[in-house]
Amino acid sequence: MKSIHVTTTVNGEPAEFICTPDETLLDVLRNRLGLTGSKEGCGTGDCGACSVTVNGRLVCSCLVLGAEAEGAEITTIEGMASGEALHPLQRHFIESAALQCGICTPGILVAAKALLEQNPDPSDSEIRYWLAGNLCRCTGYDKIINAVKSAAAEMRSN
Amino acid sequence: MVKVLLWGTLRHATDGQAEVEVEARNFKELLDRLAVMYPGLEPQIRRGVSMALDGRIYREAWFTEIGPDSEVVLMPYMVGG
Amino acid sequence: MPLDTPKRKFKVVGTRPPRPDGLDKVTGRALYGADMTAPGMLTGRILRSPHAHARIKSIDTSAAEALAGVRAVITAADLPVLEDDFIRDIQDNCMARGKALYDGHAVAAVAATDAATARKALKLIKVDYEILPHVTDVDAAMKPGAPVVQKGRTLENVPAGMSENVTSHCEFGHGDLPSGFAKADKIIERSFRTAATHQGYIEPHACLASFTSDGKADLWCCTQGQFFVRTLCAQMMGMEASQLRVTSSEIGGGFGGKTTVFIEPVALALSRKSGRPVKIVMTRDEVFKATGPTVSSSMDIRIGMTRNGRITAGEAHLRYSGGAFPNATIEMGGQAAFAAYDLGAVRTFGWNILTNRPKEAAYRAPGAPMAIYAVESVVDELCQELGLDPLKVRLLNAARKGTKSSYGPTFDDIGLVATLEAATRHPHYTAPLGPNQGRGLSCGFWFNFGGNTCVSLNVNTDGTVGVTEGNPDIGGSRASISLMAAEELGIPYEKVRTFVADTASLGYNDVTDGSRVTFAVGLATIKAARAAIRNMCARAAKIWGIDEEAVEWIDGAACPAGPNAGKFPPMTLAEIAAVSAETGGPIAGHHEVNADGAGVSFGVHLVDVEVDPETGATKVLRYTVFQDAGKAVHPDYVEGQMQGGAVQGIGWALNEEYIYGDDGRLQNAGFLDYRVPVASDLPPIETVILEIPNPGHPYGVRGVGETPIVPPLAAIANAVSRAVGVRMTELPMSPPRLLKALLSKG
Repeated sequence: MKSIHVTTTVNGEPAEFICTPDETLLDVLRNRLGLTGSKEGCGTGDCGACSVTVNGRLVCSCLVLGAEAEGAEITTIEGMASGEALHPLQRHFIESAALQCGICTPGILVAAKALLEQNPDPSDSEIRYWLAGNLCRCTGYDKIINAVKSAAAEMRSN
Repeated sequence: MVKVLLWGTLRHATDGQAEVEVEARNFKELLDRLAVMYPGLEPQIRRGVSMALDGRIYREAWFTEIGPDSEVVLMPYMVGG
Repeated sequence: MPLDTPKRKFKVVGTRPPRPDGLDKVTGRALYGADMTAPGMLTGRILRSPHAHARIKSIDTSAAEALAGVRAVITAADLPVLEDDFIRDIQDNCMARGKALYDGHAVAAVAATDAATARKALKLIKVDYEILPHVTDVDAAMKPGAPVVQKGRTLENVPAGMSENVTSHCEFGHGDLPSGFAKADKIIERSFRTAATHQGYIEPHACLASFTSDGKADLWCCTQGQFFVRTLCAQMMGMEASQLRVTSSEIGGGFGGKTTVFIEPVALALSRKSGRPVKIVMTRDEVFKATGPTVSSSMDIRIGMTRNGRITAGEAHLRYSGGAFPNATIEMGGQAAFAAYDLGAVRTFGWNILTNRPKEAAYRAPGAPMAIYAVESVVDELCQELGLDPLKVRLLNAARKGTKSSYGPTFDDIGLVATLEAATRHPHYTAPLGPNQGRGLSCGFWFNFGGNTCVSLNVNTDGTVGVTEGNPDIGGSRASISLMAAEELGIPYEKVRTFVADTASLGYNDVTDGSRVTFAVGLATIKAARAAIRNMCARAAKIWGIDEEAVEWIDGAACPAGPNAGKFPPMTLAEIAAVSAETGGPIAGHHEVNADGAGVSFGVHLVDVEVDPETGATKVLRYTVFQDAGKAVHPDYVEGQMQGGAVQGIGWALNEEYIYGDDGRLQNAGFLDYRVPVASDLPPIETVILEIPNPGHPYGVRGVGETPIVPPLAAIANAVSRAVGVRMTELPMSPPRLLKALLSKG
């Protein structure tokens, strides 16, 4: 298969990679760019562990081709904290014990950040429906919902 | 003598007795003697058993002392997740 | 190791500090099984049988081997023939020998320079199958004349004349059933079925194996027990244990399903053959088809009750299938079925049956949820028929200290009555219900284990402490172990850091199972801390020139014990550590034990549901978990176990199931069709932690991880049955099944 050269932006920094036409964006992030924070739980868009944003839109990176990153702005879990300063969602996830094994955590954080960017004051129900595409098998979701709510409240007050 | 309660499946090896008496000071002696006295128990003992002593369950622990009035119950080897 | 004192005041244990692995997990830095790489690494992939049952007449790998980029191809012929049944079964499940026993059973594997080449190579392997008749249903497999999955696997305890698929029989209980039933005013007998469900961890199995030409190997993998992985793989590779080092990665969920091996021996064999590191990562399809799941079951229950609600006799016949290989899960179900009750006459009969399904792996309290679902359903129906309050009936019959348990031993201190009383007092129990709504409850039980445990605790010269333990952290155990070390040493939590060791760095530790880690590793940590404290007291005694016995440890410092010991200002841990080189060398404590006294665990779940009469869909409206934790070391993560277990149980009750076609192939091997609960399916899961100290642990700790998956099945079935007015006897109660029941009711 002929390789494709792609120029893109990942977490605000220019990035270039070569991939085959059938490689997914998730494959590229993990195997070519060394960004293993996005996880492959299913490879079929059902679990949300590989959630990233492409030009601000929340997607499962296992359903996007690497070649589609050309000219796009990609953000992943690795771009969520600003240097040493964690994003309020990250801090509240730790403080509210909203993670156990942690494999779904990157995807849920990316998805929750996308939610708060368009709805800074979501109800419990809105959070639950927004995160319905992100499977968590450890927590029963309770503490995740609470962490998103408390992070949202903090972000609104700042 | 120690009274040992057996689970139902093992009673085919003890002529139907639910409880047997064995001279033993600890689990190791108890299992060794049970296997000799009731050869039908030997395959299960070899596969593994747990033992409850006065309500506390042990998975191995050969040298756990058994008092004269202790309640000893043989149980299948515990498995979990 | 007995409880120190029933009324201990804790300083650190019971608080909720941030978990030490939290930062790595929220930033994407944490390294899981699939995140490991090695220079020159090859990609391994596995070819799997498309047939439920087939003889493997031949495998031709020549075309695959000839493909550019392929460095190794293996089949069962590359693995030894093992004597021991237990380990041979595990190996045969990793790579079929002679017969493929289920859809998805591995038959060959390749290692290639990249994934695309490996996939292409799999297509070039020619397997000549002779398709055999198959059976995937537990009851069908038990019938005489059913296709035999494996011959010669029947234990001596199975009566003659049964199908060869019946591999073991067990019986538990005491008392006289006929006279017990004779005392009953009402007897109900019902049959139940539950589907196989998968543990559903979000992280697929992954490993990286690296064999070197001198016969040594390293293996990195996501596992619940690196030491057990070493035991299994060393035997399968014909290696000495010392030559194989296994390192556990962060683990993305296990729930029992990562207590064994599936791909690790395959990766090792490929690495040995190719001379290169080999990484294998399962796809989700492979995870569903060839790992896990739990047993499927068929059960008959008969219970008698007086009109006052006293249970007079209970009888259960349990038939479990854990797929194509024998297993002992039935014995756990048989013992657990009636464990919540104080009964004069009780008997359970269990059978394990082979089917053409994947080999069962442990799943949270293996064997207990289905048996207790069936028993608790009949208890609930008796309460309905006799017009009795289901909580009062459970209190009336509840096992307590001194009760002869249904599986033999007499209970010590247990928390069932306390959890039932807490449920009675809770406002949830008396809240009003609307139309199409029902309330259900159930008791749950699990044994909990201790097991082989090693802990090494090092006091660093700057006054901090490192704890090295050997169990992968699946539920926040590094936090709870650090808390217990800090409590015992009298230093802040932040001064302690706990690490999970590889197999070369510590003695053998049993797998993370049986809810054992916070109990057993905690116990060993406390003992290791006490050994370090004795050492530190000795150092202080030397410095002060007094007897060791005249020094005691109070609030993180050595102090003279009483006025006769002399007058010296206390020496803190940090002060003693700072001069350790001058006073005799490094300070450490360690402890090795096969821990017992884990203490059984009980819980009660209360749930409200609403069933849509038009679609048969069930909405869980309110859910409350009551459980005895002995002592909640880190309450956040105790709650997390209770909530997570409850939600897995909700999935089992309402949606999750392995669906097989007539062709014996799994029809729903993906998260789209195997539907685990998502956030929008659920209400908040409220938790009430009871603390009835376990007499077998210095702080009173009990395991908490497994019990919470036990009650949801019956609690929801009872709520749904009351909501729709039909007794539901098959799980999951998916909308089609529930709609059918509604329509048949008319």
